[in-house]
Amino acid sequence: MSLFSDPRWGEALAHLPDYLGNHVRVSLAALELGLAVSLPLAILTRSRPAPRAILLAIASIVQTVPGLALLALFYPLLLLAASVTLAWFGVSFSAFGFLPAMLALALYSMLPVLRNGITGLNGIDPALIEAAKGVGMTARQSLVMVELPLALPVMMAGIRTAAVWVIGTATLSTPIGQTSLGNYIFAGLQTQNWVFVLFGCFASALLALAVDQLLGLIEGGLRQRSRARTALGAAGIAALVAATLVPTMGRSSQGYVVGAKTFAEQYVLSALLRDRLQAAGLPATTRSGLGSSVIFGALKAGDIDLYVDYSGTLWANQLHRSDIKPRAELLTDLKASLAKDNITLLGELGFENAYALVLPKKRAEALGIRTIADLAAHASTLSIAGDYEFFSRPEWAALQKAYGLSFRAQRQMQPDFMYAAVASGEVDVIAGYTSDGLIAKYDLVALDDPKHAIPPYDAILLLAPKRAGDERLKAALQPLLGKIDIATMREANLRASGNDANSSPDAVAKWLWEKVGGR
Amino acid sequence: MPSKPAISYAHVTKSFGLLKAVDGLSLDIAEGEFVAIVGGSGSGKTTLLRLANRLIEAEGGTITVEGEDVQSVDPVALRRRIGYVFQSGGLFPHLSVADNIGITPKLLGQPAADIAARVDELLELVQLDRDAHRSRLPEALSGGQRQRVGVARALAARPRIVLMDEPFGALDPITRDALGDDYRSLHRKLGLTTVMITHDMTEAILLADRIAVMRSGQLLAQGTPTELSNSSDAYVLELLRTPRRQVERLNALLPQSGAA
Repeated sequence: MSLFSDPRWGEALAHLPDYLGNHVRVSLAALELGLAVSLPLAILTRSRPAPRAILLAIASIVQTVPGLALLALFYPLLLLAASVTLAWFGVSFSAFGFLPAMLALALYSMLPVLRNGITGLNGIDPALIEAAKGVGMTARQSLVMVELPLALPVMMAGIRTAAVWVIGTATLSTPIGQTSLGNYIFAGLQTQNWVFVLFGCFASALLALAVDQLLGLIEGGLRQRSRARTALGAAGIAALVAATLVPTMGRSSQGYVVGAKTFAEQYVLSALLRDRLQAAGLPATTRSGLGSSVIFGALKAGDIDLYVDYSGTLWANQLHRSDIKPRAELLTDLKASLAKDNITLLGELGFENAYALVLPKKRAEALGIRTIADLAAHASTLSIAGDYEFFSRPEWAALQKAYGLSFRAQRQMQPDFMYAAVASGEVDVIAGYTSDGLIAKYDLVALDDPKHAIPPYDAILLLAPKRAGDERLKAALQPLLGKIDIATMREANLRASGNDANSSPDAVAKWLWEKVGGR
Repeated sequence: MPSKPAISYAHVTKSFGLLKAVDGLSLDIAEGEFVAIVGGSGSGKTTLLRLANRLIEAEGGTITVEGEDVQSVDPVALRRRIGYVFQSGGLFPHLSVADNIGITPKLLGQPAADIAARVDELLELVQLDRDAHRSRLPEALSGGQRQRVGVARALAARPRIVLMDEPFGALDPITRDALGDDYRSLHRKLGLTTVMITHDMTEAILLADRIAVMRSGQLLAQGTPTELSNSSDAYVLELLRTPRRQVERLNALLPQSGAA
């Protein structure tokens, strides 16, 4: 099959109006806000060296914060602000999606606008400012009629830089719930769908290039004082904005929103849940690629209606418990605790996605390793890799303590690459997931945990507080509870990790329903 | 002397840090007079000029313009009724010739049609072809044309007083001569009061009714060229020596023109 006859291009294209529209909208709003704040600041501080230096320093520091971290930081910040406004004024707002993404991106856009604004205004020949005064202009008239028009080309160059930065960085707003072209990239990376990754990269690069060129046209027009070029550039920008906004206008309300975290299993399960709701006549969409810490808050706040989480994750991260209880007891406790927040734990899907220490079967046999206790004896000569959060999670501490584990080296890795890494001997052991299909694919083995140091990780269905009494929803989901066993989920995950048309989350979700629907 | 001077400086002082740019200076400029202020760089002549329309604020003494203390009038309104010609034009590069000339009437809120008519009138007055120049940007003009536009701009709001800051300094000698003559006749025709700064004594002698010589913020001497030539001040005589020597050398080198 040639690269371009792959049906996933068509699937990617079908998402384009939604992703691109949202991407443009959040970028545009961020740029407008950034300009509305930065330009007056540039004007106010242009002849005040001390505040100017402080302002530029702050903007530079913001710039050094990685884009993903800046976006992620705005989510808890806004959650806090929302709870404060709720307590004080009785009004709350959504800390999810558009608002935190826009604010973080606006902050990100400030440095080039400020710096070029100040440079542009300070670069004006003082004789011209004197002349403006001399012909009888007030300070404001001088600013509007002489200084700003003369500084405009330099300011435009800054705006151009800011626009490109914002459009590029906006792809990182997917994990905080803002749909963007990043959805392609995050989903593609997680489900090994390189068509999506490429599509997302090209789409955002093309958008950035197009906007840059159009703004460049305006900048050139201003520099050469050519009205025609300026107007052409402005018309291009307007057309681009209109083209991306029109198809997303007048859409019906989204109905139920199914959340998904940033890995393949979650993409598949959210597609499955959405299909079930739609089959029951309930309008539903998915919001995928949400950060692990964002998704629970989003459910609590009602920004999403349902999603699948894992008992051990909530136990440690939301209830902040470090003790480990047997499976059934933990679920009962968890259900009671979640009920206090009015969150419904509808039930388990039937499989566990726990952390497990994994190594190639042949290697384990050669070393005579069957359990983590056996591994401990060899650990000092072996290296271990885990996902980005594993080594800071309580179960890692519990494992180390229970078995006296001490590895030669530890590394963090993108989860999808870990399995290939351990299979090829790049690392000796990985902290994998029990439901991962790659365990079978690469002929790996998950070691037993005789001391039960790793808590249970039952996949559980959670409903938002506002859906607590929604019987239609519950009825639609009921057929899934307890039906998905570990073998089926592993196979589904293995399918999802493939790199062909049958491996898209939607296709795998259909396959999964065919398997479990009749049970 | 007429009843009231157009501009009057009385015991005016202005310092920049330790430097006394204008040091207790008094000078009256009569209505209709063309006064040239001559001095080297740093003599305070530009400061003196700018004190009159409050581009620079005085520290001590009194300055009156047409009988009013400048401190008691709004500086913006004051500047709109005094024409100012800047060194090398000071034209706004992003505005067309017409927009540059019409700027002060526009600030005064005059109707666009009146401004357009006034711009055409002024282009003719400063001898620039209307249609060829009206919509051009300053960068497309020669130095002499720019300065003509600068003069037109200064005259746009029909001021009675015009201040000129080394207006012809950056021009080639021929353009400079022509422009000086043309301005001199405008001065007479429109009944203006003109104060012009120059470091060139020859230009001052050729254009001005009266010359004021400044040095270190003080007025060293003032008077008609004839009066100045009777001065006993060594610096004044030194300044006058240059044009004299030029005349002698020119007469020696160009005997025909001397005969003519």
